Amino acid sequence: MNDTQDKHETIKDEREHMFDNPKNVQRLIRGFFVCCVLLIFADLLFHRHLSFAEGVMPVEGWFGFYAFYGFVACVLLVLAATQMRKVLMRSEDYYDG
Amino acid sequence: MGNIHPAMILLAGSILLALLPVKSRRVVSLLLPIFSFVNLLAIPEGTMWHVSWAGFDLTVLRVDRLSLLFGYLFHLAALIATIYSLHLDDKLQITTGLMYAGAAIGAVFAGDLLILFIFWELLAVTSVFQVWARGGQRALDSGTRYLLLHIASGLLLLAGTALHYLNTGSLAFDHIGLGSTYAWLILLAIGIKCAFPLFHTWLVDAYPEATPTGTVFLSAFTTKAAIYALARGFAGEEVLIVIGGVMTMFPIFFAVIENDLRRVLGYSMINQIGFMVVGIGLGPGMGVNGAVAHAFNDVIFKGLLFMSMGAVLYRTGRMNGSELGGLYKSMPWTCLCCIIGASSISAFPLFSGFISKSMVMQAASNGGYVVVWLALLFASAGVFHHAGIKIPFFAFYAHDSGIRCKEAPLNMRIAMTIAAVLCVFIGSNPSFLYGLLPYPVEYEPYTTTHVVLQLQVLFYSALAFTVLKLTNIYPPELASTNLDVDWFSRRMFPGVVRSIVRVGGPIKDGFFNGGKAVVRSFIGFVKSRHDGQGLWGRTWLTENSVLVVVMFLAVYLLFFY
Repeated sequence: MNDTQDKHETIKDEREHMFDNPKNVQRLIRGFFVCCVLLIFADLLFHRHLSFAEGVMPVEGWFGFYAFYGFVACVLLVLAATQMRKVLMRSEDYYDG
Repeated sequence: MGNIHPAMILLAGSILLALLPVKSRRVVSLLLPIFSFVNLLAIPEGTMWHVSWAGFDLTVLRVDRLSLLFGYLFHLAALIATIYSLHLDDKLQITTGLMYAGAAIGAVFAGDLLILFIFWELLAVTSVFQVWARGGQRALDSGTRYLLLHIASGLLLLAGTALHYLNTGSLAFDHIGLGSTYAWLILLAIGIKCAFPLFHTWLVDAYPEATPTGTVFLSAFTTKAAIYALARGFAGEEVLIVIGGVMTMFPIFFAVIENDLRRVLGYSMINQIGFMVVGIGLGPGMGVNGAVAHAFNDVIFKGLLFMSMGAVLYRTGRMNGSELGGLYKSMPWTCLCCIIGASSISAFPLFSGFISKSMVMQAASNGGYVVVWLALLFASAGVFHHAGIKIPFFAFYAHDSGIRCKEAPLNMRIAMTIAAVLCVFIGSNPSFLYGLLPYPVEYEPYTTTHVVLQLQVLFYSALAFTVLKLTNIYPPELASTNLDVDWFSRRMFPGVVRSIVRVGGPIKDGFFNGGKAVVRSFIGFVKSRHDGQGLWGRTWLTENSVLVVVMFLAVYLLFFY
C-alpha cells in the first residue's frame, strides 16, 4: 500500500453493465412509481398517531400530508436553488485570480 | 491502565509515530486508538485530578455519561479514519491526525473551562495539517483561513472564561446559560466551531480542500467536540432552536447547486449539525438525547460518505459532479457503502439516522414548536434530495463519464465496510445507542406510523427528483463557484481596501505633492529675498544707509518744521 502507486490509474473495462441497457432504467423507474402509489394508500390501512398534541397541528393527520409535503418541499427547493444560481454563480477559478 | 489521561495515549503516541519507519508506523497507528480505548474503559466516572496551578484550582478530568459517549465515539472515529489512511506514506497526516483525535478526546473530558481552552486551541492547530497536506496554493490559503477563524474561536473562549472567572470565581464547566455578557462570548466561541450561520464558511471552504483522508478526520472531531460543549453549557437555551432551524434550512439550497461533491457533503454537514443544535435548544431530556445520538450517528455516516467520496477522489483525481458519473461499474463496493451512508443520513428505517433524527423532531412536536417542526421536515426531505440522492447519483450513476478505474484500496474498503455495518447495526438495534445516552430514553422509533410516514416523505422527495430530472428542470451540474458569505471577507473587504488605495492613493499623493510644492515655492521665495543677493540679505554700502537716514530726516523736517 503506497499513496503514490495506483493513484488515478485508468483501466480498460469493456463489460456491459446493468444500466447500460435503457430497459433496466425504465424498469427501475416504473418499480419506483409503483412503490410511491402503494405508499400513499398505505395511509388508509392503519390508525395514525399524531406527532403533536391533539389540536396543535391537525394538518399533520390529513391523507397524504407527509407525501405531499416531501414532494412540494423538494420541488420548491430545486426551483429556488436554480434561481439562486443567477445571483451566486461565478466561474470555477473566481477566487484564484 | 486507567490511570492515564484519556487523551494522553494518542497525544504522546502520535509523537512516537513520527519517529517510526513506515511499516511499524502503520501497526502502531492502529494499536494507539485501541490501547487508548481500553484505558478509557478502565477510568471510573467522576471528576478527578484537581491541580493547583498559578493560583487556579484546575480540574483536569471529568468523566460522566455525556463525556463518555463522545469519548467512545471519538475512539471509534479515530480507528476507522486510521484504517482508511493506512495506505499513506505521508508521516505528517497520520501523526497530526491522531494528535487531533487526542485533542478532541481531551476537550470532551476537560473538567473545567481552562483545560477546555487548551484542548480547544490544540484542536485548531493539529487539524489544519489535514488541509495543508494536500499541497498547492488553494489548500494553503484555505487552511490558513480555517486556522485564523479557529484560533479566534479559542481566544473568544479564553476571554469568556476569564470574565466568567472574575464574575463567579469558578472555572467549572457546567451549565452556563445566557444570563450574562461573557456567556455570549463563550457561546460565540462554540458557535464558530459548530458552524453557526455566518460563521459556517470555514467548513465548506476547508473540508473540500483537504486530502482524501484528511476530510475523514476533519469531519469527525471539531464540530462534534463543539456540539458536546454546547450540550454541556447551553442546553435548553431557546435561541439555539432558532439558530439550529436556520442551519437545517439554508445549506440545502447551496448543496443543490454545488458541483464539488465533498463541498455538497460540507453543506449537508451544517444541515445535520442544525438538527443537533435544535435538539440542544429543546433542552435536557429528549432534546439533548436526540442531539447527541444524532452526533454519534453523524460521525459514522458522514464519515462514511466522506470516505466514499475520498476513495473516488483518490482513484479518479476528480471530485466535481460535472466530471464524474458511471463509477458503479468500476467501484461497486465503494458505491454500495456510499448508498448505505446516504440511506443513513436520509433517515431510512433500519439505518442509523432514522433513530436519532426522529428523536429531535419528536422533541420539537412535544414542545409544540410547529414552525420549527415544519422546517425540520423540510430539511429532512431536502437532505435526502441533496445528500441521499445527489451524492451517489452524480458520482456513481448519472451519465457515464467514461472513467474506468480500480476499486478503492483494501484498507479504504475495510474502513468503509466497518462504518456501513455500524450504520445498519445502530439503525436496526436502537437500544444499543439509546443505552449510551445521557438521559433515560422513553421513545420507540419503530412504530407503524413513523415508518410509513417517513417512507412517504422520502419516496415523494425522490419522486420530485425523478420528475424534475426526467423533465430536465433539474439544474445540471456546472463547473462553477457559488458565492457564500465568505465573499465579504475574501472579495468585498480586500476589494474595498484596494479601491481605497486606488482612489485614495492619487488624492493622497496630490495632497502631499501639492503641499510640498507650496512649501517649496515659499522657501524659494524667502530664500530669494534673504540669500546673499536678495533684497534683505545682501550687504548694503554705508553710503546707502547714510542716504536713507538723510531722506528720513528730510521728510521729518518737512512735516514738523
